Amino acid sequence: MNAFRTILGKDLRTELRTLESIPAMALFAATTFVLFRFGLDRTSLEGSLAAGVLLATVLFAAILAINRVFVSEREQGGFDVVRLAPVDGTALFAAKVCVLAIYLVVLELIAVPLFALLFLDSAAGLAPLALVLAMVDLGLATIGALVSSIAINSRARDLIAPLLLLPLLVPVMIAAAGAAEPLLAAGGPSYDGFGKWIAVLALYDVVFGLVGYAVYDFLLED
Amino acid sequence: MQTGVQTRADPGAAAAEAAAVALRGLRRDYGERPVLRDVTLELAAGETLSVIGPNGAGKSTLLRILATLLRPTAGRVAVLGAELPRGAWRVRGRIGYLAHQPLLYRELSVTENLEFNARLHGIDDPGRRIEELLGAAGLARRGGDAVRNLSAGMLQRAAICRALLARPDLLLLDEPRAHLDVGAARIVEELLGPAPGRTRVIVTHEIESGIGDADRVVALRADGSVAYAGAAAGLAPAEARAIVEGRQ
Repeated sequence: MNAFRTILGKDLRTELRTLESIPAMALFAATTFVLFRFGLDRTSLEGSLAAGVLLATVLFAAILAINRVFVSEREQGGFDVVRLAPVDGTALFAAKVCVLAIYLVVLELIAVPLFALLFLDSAAGLAPLALVLAMVDLGLATIGALVSSIAINSRARDLIAPLLLLPLLVPVMIAAAGAAEPLLAAGGPSYDGFGKWIAVLALYDVVFGLVGYAVYDFLLED
Repeated sequence: MQTGVQTRADPGAAAAEAAAVALRGLRRDYGERPVLRDVTLELAAGETLSVIGPNGAGKSTLLRILATLLRPTAGRVAVLGAELPRGAWRVRGRIGYLAHQPLLYRELSVTENLEFNARLHGIDDPGRRIEELLGAAGLARRGGDAVRNLSAGMLQRAAICRALLARPDLLLLDEPRAHLDVGAARIVEELLGPAPGRTRVIVTHEIESGIGDADRVVALRADGSVAYAGAAAGLAPAEARAIVEGRQ
């Protein structure tokens, strides 16, 4: 737990100093919303289209952070530092999952109000949508940290990470869209199938969390 | 001129104390290319081993294997009584590793980097230990500086502080005097010198001092094979130079 907190603290401190990830993610999300607004030529979205625009934007913004989350470990010897210390390698995995999840929450605190401003007639569905986004964040962070640590040793990591990541995230996106669609429906939120999709998201997050926990020490080996 | 592996035993030296490092037939390949071939040596606790050889002979690879960061392809490796790679978890935290890379985060200050390492190693009263090390390394006034702003020599001294932080039993030093001026080299000498219970493995290109400071020497050829492994007194500098220059 101490190692987890130490690595997490180091990563957040570094991000606060360099602002390498969160501003880029927020700018990407804002630009994408503006493009959708003019590309779709709509001032209002609802249901599956609204869910799709929001979730696709969050997904692609997340890839920017996922690509960078292990760069300092790779380029500045952070993997060696952790492996030389008497700590479990999974502390690094858990810290990176947490860092990515925090980045995504901060992104959404900026992007969701902007999305509501540009596309939604009513903000009534936003409160339950927070739960969907929290589950999506956990899935993106868990799978992202796992894939990023596999891709980081490749010279083509910027290409490999999304190629591995996107297929693995299809179930997350299907479940998230299924849960978010009724919340963003025209005429106010409904909860048709909401619980089922949240359960699918939770299950997927747990499975990948366990996979990461089980294999991460092996991924750290040469 | 002698060819092949010269192994000159110094009787009695290895016998008494338990070996801090024991290698038997160590081999390491990168893909199809062997980098280290059939390295066999034993180093007692408290002894110093100098590793010499030309560029690409596998010296740094040998250190990374001893540091538990690389798996051997074949052979037996035991460090501080633990068989590697299986027993690596037993010795992590007891090894101080100074690599070519400083293993410090550029955006953090020297002190923050040392605090980060101290927390990972569970060091009690890290502030006092860090202050002590920075003072000894002549970096007392630079502790708050970001690592990215340090000169190469200061970076090397900061990396030495990191390697020494947890008071390791085994020090693995890859060219510890790199980037250091004469004054800094003297400071570092005191920090990294022999100490009770401290076993050292030093990769160096300085043949005379490498042999002079060591109890044992291993000289590697360019193909990663061992040209000499044994007591430092048994290898003349001229002979070592011939090995490094590929004449033997």
